[in-house]
Amino acid sequence: MLPTPDLSHLTKEDFIRVYEPAEDTFILLDGLENDAVELQNLDPKICLEIGSGSGCVSAFVGKLLGSSRCLYLTTDINPYASKCTVSTGKQNAVPIESITASLDSPLALRLRRNVDLLIFNPPYVPTSSEEADAAQESRGIGGSWAGGTDGMEITGLFLNNLPNLLSTNGRFYLVGVAVNNISAIHQNLRGLRLDGKVILHRRAGREHLYVMKFMRILTP
Amino acid sequence: MVRLITHNLLACHVKGCTTNNFPLVFQDAQVEIHEAEFNEDFIRGFMPKIEWKALVDSARQLGDTSLPEEQPEMADDDFLKTLHHVLLEMHIEEGAMVCQNCGHVYPISNGIPNMLLAEHEIG
Ligand SMILES: C[S@@+](CC[C@H](N)C(=O)[O-])C[C@H]1O[C@@H](n2cnc3c(N)ncnc32)[C@H](O)[C@@H]1O
Ligand SMILES: [Zn+2]
Repeated sequence: MLPTPDLSHLTKEDFIRVYEPAEDTFILLDGLENDAVELQNLDPKICLEIGSGSGCVSAFVGKLLGSSRCLYLTTDINPYASKCTVSTGKQNAVPIESITASLDSPLALRLRRNVDLLIFNPPYVPTSSEEADAAQESRGIGGSWAGGTDGMEITGLFLNNLPNLLSTNGRFYLVGVAVNNISAIHQNLRGLRLDGKVILHRRAGREHLYVMKFMRILTP
Repeated sequence: MVRLITHNLLACHVKGCTTNNFPLVFQDAQVEIHEAEFNEDFIRGFMPKIEWKALVDSARQLGDTSLPEEQPEMADDDFLKTLHHVLLEMHIEEGAMVCQNCGHVYPISNGIPNMLLAEHEIG
């Protein structure tokens, strides 16, 4: 068992401004760890995490795969999250290239079919569209959960870019909850020629958490 | 961190800015050198992903002229070490990156680039 990254440098004050790792983070870490051998064999050169928050997940992946074997890129709309991601990388000896940006927007052009490992634990809580828009615009901690209709507005935007990003054998790990409609996500991605499955499912309080993994459907 | 490896992957994404939007040009860049662990397999594996001219020009802008004009066919040890240094050891801590097409300025502060756009600039 790989330990959870050292976050002792982050304080209660930091977690007022940036998402504190919680059950959704931990189920994602477990899903990635279960796939450790597969991911090591995949030997990714570029790992991109969208919405890195504290940086806990990318630091964990860096430990899992080796800090010099891969480029660890992250984005977050919350500038304070970008800062915490860098410091968490340093604390855990994983160089993380943290970028303040929405989704993959400044990277989309150059990363075309180049992302070997893509990870997103999105804001998935259902809210009104207005609340999600306001949270996105304020670039604060509210953007960590406010997901708009069905909790799918931010994730939905991202899923459309997905086929352009993933490399031929690339893997995409996505966290979701039951209200996001997990089977609709799979159906939507099938339409984009991506095949997926639920690799972990867990109940945490009122939430039914899922970790999904997607890959390109390769035509022989 | 903005290292040249990352700079080589960032483009301007202002609505309608689709030509000559890469690479972004450094402005008032403050560079720090920090050693990084050399991993030959990684550098070799990453080479095909590099936009070579953009990398060479950007390194020169920052005062590093160690890279050849053309990416060599055979990468020997010396070359890989040079490339490692340029890609991974030069950190741009402060300054900005500017789009040559639309002039948009993306600030860098404490080594973090801010690539966010205002609502009306998003495509
Ligand atoms: C549920 S938190 C996950 C944080 C961290 N990855 C973890 O697992 O603990 C969602 C993160 O996504 C970020 N986020 C929300 N909207 C985003 C967007 N449009 N682009 C990039 N990041 C976004 C939030 O700021 C927040 O840090
Ligand atoms: Zn531009």
